[in-house]
Amino acid sequence: MTNSMKTIGRRDFLKAAAATTTVAVTGFPYVAKADANTIRIGMTTILSGRVAMLGNTARAGASLVFDAVNQAGGINGKKIEFVVRDSEGKPDVAAKLTRDLINSEGCEIILSGESSAGSFAVQEVIRSLPVLCVHAETETSSLTADPKLFVKTAFRSCRQGIHDAVVGGIYASKLAKEKDLKRWVTCSPDYAFGRDNTAQFIELVKMYEPSIEFVDQTWPKLYAPDYTESITKILSQQPQAIYSALWGGDLVAFVEQANLYRLFDNTTMFSTAIGDTPVLTAIKQLPEGIHTAYRYSRKSPDTQENRDFADSFKKLMGYDPTGWGWEANVGAAFIVEALKRTNGKTDGAALASELEDMTIKSPLGVNGEITMRGSDHTIINYPVAWSQTVRKAPYLDNFVSVEWSKILEFEKEWQKSKGYIQG
Amino acid sequence: MDTDALFMCLSSSACAATQISTAFIIGMLLFLVASGLSLIFGVLNVTNFAHGGLYMLGAYFALSTFEVTGNFWAALVVAALATGVVGIILERLVISRIYGADLLMQLLVCYALTLIMDDAVRFIYGSEYKMMGMPQVFDLPPVAIAGGFVPSYYLFMIGASAVAGLALWFVINRTRFGKVVRALAINPKMVSALGINTTLLYAAVFGVGSGLAGLAGGLAAPIRTLTPGMGLSFLLDSFIIIVIGGMGSIGGAFVASILVGFIKAFGAIGFPLFTDGLMFVIMAIVLILKPQGLFGERSAL
Repeated sequence: MTNSMKTIGRRDFLKAAAATTTVAVTGFPYVAKADANTIRIGMTTILSGRVAMLGNTARAGASLVFDAVNQAGGINGKKIEFVVRDSEGKPDVAAKLTRDLINSEGCEIILSGESSAGSFAVQEVIRSLPVLCVHAETETSSLTADPKLFVKTAFRSCRQGIHDAVVGGIYASKLAKEKDLKRWVTCSPDYAFGRDNTAQFIELVKMYEPSIEFVDQTWPKLYAPDYTESITKILSQQPQAIYSALWGGDLVAFVEQANLYRLFDNTTMFSTAIGDTPVLTAIKQLPEGIHTAYRYSRKSPDTQENRDFADSFKKLMGYDPTGWGWEANVGAAFIVEALKRTNGKTDGAALASELEDMTIKSPLGVNGEITMRGSDHTIINYPVAWSQTVRKAPYLDNFVSVEWSKILEFEKEWQKSKGYIQG
Repeated sequence: MDTDALFMCLSSSACAATQISTAFIIGMLLFLVASGLSLIFGVLNVTNFAHGGLYMLGAYFALSTFEVTGNFWAALVVAALATGVVGIILERLVISRIYGADLLMQLLVCYALTLIMDDAVRFIYGSEYKMMGMPQVFDLPPVAIAGGFVPSYYLFMIGASAVAGLALWFVINRTRFGKVVRALAINPKMVSALGINTTLLYAAVFGVGSGLAGLAGGLAAPIRTLTPGMGLSFLLDSFIIIVIGGMGSIGGAFVASILVGFIKAFGAIGFPLFTDGLMFVIMAIVLILKPQGLFGERSAL
């Protein structure tokens, strides 16, 4: 007990006392302020456990932007201080740390590097502490699409599930027509994301190509060590195509074990996640011709700016960017642009009104630009594509994109069907 | 419950052969881990909850050896031997102090060891998953058996597990050392009174049990992703197996491992939502009807 008491310094004690007093007297939550010469931006992300690599790349992607700003003299003479904390992927820890970053660590802006579970918890913290928060890694559509969850100072700077699903549906249905792929199976992890993602894909691909039949669905457990029974079950169905929402280490194990059965010799595979750098580099025998959703590639967008971004990231981390890496990079770029427009003012409402419908130049943008849509605080015109695996680094080729106008058209219908907007 | 799919699979020789091989692929690796666990319980009367951690160490020893030497056979040998040595060190430093202690103390100590091993791996290799990859020698098309297909590596894995299991059975049942070990399990005081160094024997038995877990880890390394904490799921299955087969019985561990393999392989086709549930139901039935397990002599409860 004595030891733990020693770790609480006099300053911390006074801060805590001030915070408590502020709430008691005014009813408003206390927000610690950084000193006048710095702007403190806080991030919680996953830096330990199975997906630590993604968290590390999120931190790196954002650091590239903030470091460049500081080297150029800061914003209105103020340097950015980037404070990063490990949430371990636990929603309760993410929420607590976000609150701490704002209340006692002087962070005036949050760049949240959490997966879906954590982001929904962080969103509620931001509802009660209205600082600017940019969610950089959450693909679950409802976070920004559902008006009930809307928070005026919260934004999303990454892919949205529904956009991915539209592109995947169009791409896969076109290939199914060309190659006459009628018999399909799925193999996805048995938890919310796996089930939702797979259901959405099935709905869309069948909408574009009704002759497709899903003859079986296999649901291995999340983090299952062995997929042999799933693979042999798939083999027994003799499918022409497989759709899989497996990701990370699970996907690597599945591909390596399926290779032993030569599963991909006669079966076309569509994967949501094989196109991410950690997976591509971990698989020792990467089969050619697996179709994958875009996570990141130095080849797409095929521009010098994107190659420069990949090079600077690689210089920092030793490997190419991940999906999480570019998404945090874009989130940081939006924050910096908003700060420039407010002359370094960090007020949440002021920054939020600047961000709405803001378009920034970005190496990841379609035609070099990405827009933060004002109506629902999520980005559009980011890279959405499918491609195929090849043996040679960077392991992806033949990128096929879909026009954003088409994606937005479908998204509107989907929003109406969900009751998110009035039809 | 998809009885049609199950019936169709059983009536097709290709599907049945493939699923039977799947049962052995799953079962034999489990047997290696569970037999070591069972041996340690039978002789030392310690429920080694740290056994999953030893399986993990075996996998990482194999990975490092393979990265350095490029030789898969060396990786397997190092996985088994180095994990065995770690087991002996753990037995001398920690486990020997909890002989005769109650189950809660054993659980706490072994769980602490598991956390230490997991963090040691995290410290040395990082948190991210690692993949060893398939050795060149097994880069072959799957072998056709009765119309079904079995990858050549899995045939080797089943064979290697069977050889290790048979060797263990032979040593325990057909050698003087095995006779002493069996005597040690029944009456350690008498063995000690006969002038045999029981301290050494205990360490050796724990080392052999750990070595089997390490060998299982080495065999799993080319086909599974390696992560800190990867031993936990194996540990749970191993406990189900030794409860069904009988605590301390190597033969029981074999039969129960294959049974679990069959449940998983055919369960994936016939009752995918109740595969794990069925394993626990069978375990419960065994506990009710034969609390000492199918081949055990002492009650698991």
